[in-house]
Amino acid sequence: MQWFYSHFNYVLAVLLLVIGLYTILSSHNLFKKLLGLSIFQVSISLFYISVGKVSGGTAPILIGDSTQGEVLYSNPLPHVLILTAIVVGVATLSLGLALLVRIHNAYGTIEEDEVSAKDRNQ
Amino acid sequence: MTSLWLNAVLLIFLFIISISILRTRKLFSAIMLTSLFSLLCAAVFVGLDAVDVAFTEAAVGAGISTVLMLGALALIGSNAEDRSHTSTHRKAFAMCVSLFTGAVLLYGTIDMPRFGDHRAPAHQHVAPRYINTSPQEIGLPNMVTSVLASYRGYDTMGETLVVFTAGIAVFGLLGNVLKRQREKDVLPDVGEHDGEIVLGIFAKLMVAPIILFALYVQFHGDFGPGGGFQAGVIFAAALVLYALVFSVESLMLAVPLRAIRILMAAGITLYAGTGITTMLLGGQFLDYNLLAHNPVHGQHYGVFIVELGVGISVGAVMLSLFYSFMNYRPQQRRPGK
Repeated sequence: MQWFYSHFNYVLAVLLLVIGLYTILSSHNLFKKLLGLSIFQVSISLFYISVGKVSGGTAPILIGDSTQGEVLYSNPLPHVLILTAIVVGVATLSLGLALLVRIHNAYGTIEEDEVSAKDRNQ
Repeated sequence: MTSLWLNAVLLIFLFIISISILRTRKLFSAIMLTSLFSLLCAAVFVGLDAVDVAFTEAAVGAGISTVLMLGALALIGSNAEDRSHTSTHRKAFAMCVSLFTGAVLLYGTIDMPRFGDHRAPAHQHVAPRYINTSPQEIGLPNMVTSVLASYRGYDTMGETLVVFTAGIAVFGLLGNVLKRQREKDVLPDVGEHDGEIVLGIFAKLMVAPIILFALYVQFHGDFGPGGGFQAGVIFAAALVLYALVFSVESLMLAVPLRAIRILMAAGITLYAGTGITTMLLGGQFLDYNLLAHNPVHGQHYGVFIVELGVGISVGAVMLSLFYSFMNYRPQQRRPGK
């Protein structure tokens, strides 16, 4: 039980990842798959940021003139990695959406099974 | 202690929302839930001391990406539903794979250090150096900005390039907006419509402060939370708000696509150009120390210019994505398809 309390963030990140993965695998709808992919991405961000947290720490922005280690800061490195990953995430998401729109234009549907059925019938 | 409880409650909310995204059939509701999901996630990030990340998540996840998803949904029919009738066989398979992945990952977290442990390996290698020496070496209070723009400058440049490439790719997929714009070439109706007066006045009042805030985030990002990525997205969000309330055409008159295209490339050129300048000055790529006589001043200039490049590029790409989705007109399907 003690372990569960001290690893709660990691467990929740794994659960979110499982839901995201399940959405991607189980849904035939391509839009839904993209939403699942976003959940998947957020779970990984959450994991990184949780790893970077230091209890009793504060945001990694220098406070006053304290140059020595009097203030405890959280780890800035995961923040940097995830910050850029989120912006790259929206760019790749929009690329996925653009592909989705083109698929809808060509097949008239965004259901994966209907698209492959149309391909097979040709 | 309170913040830990708040964190736990927010995480449980995230879990519930993700379940409902999975179960919702209506895509419009699913998108709105995703937006809410991002906003809550930003709140979690604030609790975990990641203010810069929270800023980005709120601006990107809850803002721009919702608009883009709604734009795509409008193109495939705003009443679109998830009509998939997944077979039990496939559901079982998906459940097995995802649960197995989850189990393996949980097994991996068993011997991870306790949450918030300051002795964890993640805090041992480069992190102390960033925290202890970056205020003297780079001279900026915000360590995230120092790491982003200086220590890991290569990385950030690569990521800006990915965003730029995605913008170009969406241009390619959704067709030439510029040509269509020229074909139309009529002055759009920019007047306010009846019934949208409140919205119109509110939007007009809000656009300027949002742009001002974006500039503050851009230029104050070295000292407080913020930076080029967030500023670019917020800047684009202000213009998107204007376009949504009035019309995309009226925004395209004010900010033409041609300018957006040039700015997209200009931002990344500014970034890479800084690197090449430092090489010409006799240093390594992106070694800002050489930009001024005093290395710390050089770092200041370097971070400032690079962040500006990121802001310009990201803002322009976000706006170009928006334009692409808003201006796409489906072509006639070829017979036989």
